[in-house]
Amino acid sequence: MSQITHEPPDRQLLTLEVNGEAHEVLVESRRTLVDVLRHDLGLTGTHVGCEHGICGACTVLIDGAPARACLTFAAQAEGSAVETVESLDGGGGGSAPGRRLSDLQQAFTEHHALQCGFCTPGFLMLAEGHLAEQPAPSREEIREVVAANLCRCTGYQTIVDAIEDCAARRRAATSEEGPCN
Amino acid sequence: MSPTEPHEDRAALVGTSTRRREDPRLLTGRGTFTDDIHLPGTLYAQFVRATVASATVTSLDLSAVREVPGVVAAFDAADLALGDITARLGRPAAEFVPTSMPILARDRVRYAGEPLAVVVARDPYAVEDGLEAARVSYAPERAVTSDTEALAPDAPLVHAEAPANTLLDVSMFATEGIDDVFAEAPCVVDVSVRTGRQNALPLETRAALAAWDDREEQLTLRTPTQVPHQVRTVAARCLGLDERAVRVLVPDMGGGFGLKCVVGREEIAVAAASLRLGRPVKWTEDRKDALTASFLAREQHYEARAAFDAEGHVLGLDTDLICDMGAYSCYPFTAGIEPLMASSEMPGVYKVPAYRVRARAVTTNKAPSAPYRGVSRPQYVMVVERLFERAARELGIDPVEIRRRNLITDFPYTGVNNVTYDPGSYLESLDLCERTLREEGWYARREEAAAEGRHLGIGYACFSERTGYGSTAFAQRKMEVVPGFDIAEARMDVTGALTVSTGTMSHGQSHETTMAQIAADELGLDLARVRIHQGDTDRVTYGWGTFASRSIAVGGSAVRLAAGKLGEKLRLLAASRWEVAPDRVELGDGRARNADDGSTLSYPELAEIAYLKSHLLPKGVEPGLSATASFDVFNDGTFSNATHGVVVELHEATGQVEIVRYVCVEDCGVAINPQVVEGQCRGGIAQGIAGALFEEITYDAQGEPSATSFMDYRVPTALEIPEIGIAHLETPCAFTETGAKGAGEGGTIGAPGAVLNAVNDALRPTGVELDQTPITPETVADALERA
Repeated sequence: MSQITHEPPDRQLLTLEVNGEAHEVLVESRRTLVDVLRHDLGLTGTHVGCEHGICGACTVLIDGAPARACLTFAAQAEGSAVETVESLDGGGGGSAPGRRLSDLQQAFTEHHALQCGFCTPGFLMLAEGHLAEQPAPSREEIREVVAANLCRCTGYQTIVDAIEDCAARRRAATSEEGPCN
Repeated sequence: MSPTEPHEDRAALVGTSTRRREDPRLLTGRGTFTDDIHLPGTLYAQFVRATVASATVTSLDLSAVREVPGVVAAFDAADLALGDITARLGRPAAEFVPTSMPILARDRVRYAGEPLAVVVARDPYAVEDGLEAARVSYAPERAVTSDTEALAPDAPLVHAEAPANTLLDVSMFATEGIDDVFAEAPCVVDVSVRTGRQNALPLETRAALAAWDDREEQLTLRTPTQVPHQVRTVAARCLGLDERAVRVLVPDMGGGFGLKCVVGREEIAVAAASLRLGRPVKWTEDRKDALTASFLAREQHYEARAAFDAEGHVLGLDTDLICDMGAYSCYPFTAGIEPLMASSEMPGVYKVPAYRVRARAVTTNKAPSAPYRGVSRPQYVMVVERLFERAARELGIDPVEIRRRNLITDFPYTGVNNVTYDPGSYLESLDLCERTLREEGWYARREEAAAEGRHLGIGYACFSERTGYGSTAFAQRKMEVVPGFDIAEARMDVTGALTVSTGTMSHGQSHETTMAQIAADELGLDLARVRIHQGDTDRVTYGWGTFASRSIAVGGSAVRLAAGKLGEKLRLLAASRWEVAPDRVELGDGRARNADDGSTLSYPELAEIAYLKSHLLPKGVEPGLSATASFDVFNDGTFSNATHGVVVELHEATGQVEIVRYVCVEDCGVAINPQVVEGQCRGGIAQGIAGALFEEITYDAQGEPSATSFMDYRVPTALEIPEIGIAHLETPCAFTETGAKGAGEGGTIGAPGAVLNAVNDALRPTGVELDQTPITPETVADALERA
């Protein structure tokens, strides 16, 4: 009879900075960042669509750059700044009636860039990461960026529209307010 | 029309692209999907699944599983002793063989991925450890992996009770003299079409969270399903509970597309495990299981021919079609879902005088089939559109002109398939689609490209899609469980705010917005004061859910009727206060208005009477403000229609099919929210393109699935899906309450045929014609090389 030996799980105490807040978690070393975010920290806005890094529903920002939280061990994110969809907000408080959308979120709703909404947090984080790097992308560049993630509902066109519109509005606001703002 | 016209001061919401009510929570990460919910003490489940496609299970040993740290329990079929899921049609044995799908496989497995045991552990990682410790021994048998193999005389039987591996075999219509028509016709064309097996692929996989509620004496089953009441019916039956003792709750849903409109075995097993353990149990399907072991669709084979006269008028259509439905019949639709849809609807938008069809469902050792957006219509539309293109070539008639000569233009039209089509814009949509491509210069560009040795092609597909399936239409299919009606329950609270609970189940289609638009208009309420509630089997007595583009046509009508009934009560209360006849009361702008003297009572004032001052109620009027209404369609239903026009360029080096222009001219009757309709069109078209060019669930000769991740199952991205132009025509439906017809599936239906025709148009100089999807780069490159 084959004997399977199960080592007691090795656990690590991690300090993670998520959305500007420090969290201590005691987790197995094999635990992924997305599971820690969703199940240990209760930040369920980041979704899991494939667990192999293709669909991008789990996209978060790690030190400002889009990353697949399903392919990242939680331990790898220690010492980095992690941002999730819960960090995007236009202010106005936590409860629904008073909450405002960010400019990107507003562009998504205006252009009907989401239907079921499952992939949406991933696209929002992907777009924020890219626009921070490249505030004036062409429509073709936006399509290439959007191609990093999968959406099954929209056919992508309105996601491209929303990001293009948001980028244009941000550029217009920046040029009005001057470069220091 | 109801007498409750909105007050003139307030613009109608129906027909406007109001912002979606769903968006704020979904955009801020505050949506609640099934896997987002954590109940205290939750355990996690996964399934031991068969690793061979066809075998007798000689032993299943879970003892080592139970020793794995963190594992709480492991159950096989004998441990749980659950009833099977059996889907039936009311057809004779010669036409339909019912088969049973056990919740967990017992002595025999019929596809690789079939669940054998459920393992429950304290966390999802320990479950995976547990699965690895399961020991299963098989006596493998020869697997049946195609329709050809299934029908071969020496084929092993997937189900002993189904001879020739055939679950459904119907021959229909057979117009008298059809053989003479074909013998004497000046032009007969034929096609042999095969379409690949696909996964509907909601981005949220299937899931379930089951927990027993001692206080309610009720099992709460949270699961993303399009058909909550049907899940309740089957769960109660399999678990031996009264239906009252099962409450199905549907959290936010990450798409469904048909895959979630059947009852799966996993959610029942999870419920059983939860009952057994007295703890909440959660299962979230991983992507590999979603691709290989959930429900698939679309694998069909057509041998079809059509007869034409010399002027291109179609004289007859003769088809033999076989659908590979995999290992089991899905509940409640059965393995007949695809062949019965294709055979009853195939003549479609054309005046076909003679029709004969044989339609079969075969069973094979693959994951079972379920409906997928469009159900068979993407396939048979492609077949019919290929036949028209072939005839056009043979007769030297322009492909658009030959369609024009055959489209139904006089409505209502009763077809050779005994279906009566309500008015649509079949010809108008074709004309507008062609005119758009001509005016944009694509025909000229096609000639220029040819002169430069490039390969540009233009293709079309015309179709209509029955959307208002009522109980009459489903009964004609001889379904034993007959969907059709839907129910809405409207309640106005003391503050005058309205909640409407519906039996349909939006999972991306925006019903929280569009149905609120309908209800708000009916009562003259602000949209913000209307809330649509869905996905709770305790809130609505019975609903049929969301599938077959039925929700706005049927469910939306029920919403309007319920709101209208509630309006009648408001009218009655106001009339009694003013001592006038109810027909002197106008409703709108959130208040009742006395038509005689212009005095008003706000809805909150009337609600206060209904709830808090019931001593003021007129005699015989019950307190409260609520109304329930149902809607059904008692004729052949309503038909949305569209024409899709596609321009492709084929690239020699890579065989890539590049879609350079896509135009959809659609008519879904009254568009409740035009932006939502466009979203449905574009998303549907993207899925149709996916089937035409990219996606296929493949198996090796032993029945082992070979597309187990997104590395192998090629889901198109923003670089493959083009910009899609949409134009609207509007032929209001005469018998739905809003004039809407339904828009959920049309995009998916038109795309494969239009893309395939465009590819074949581009291939015209090569003499090669392709009749198989997905169209792979290899076949295109081969064809271009032959030129």
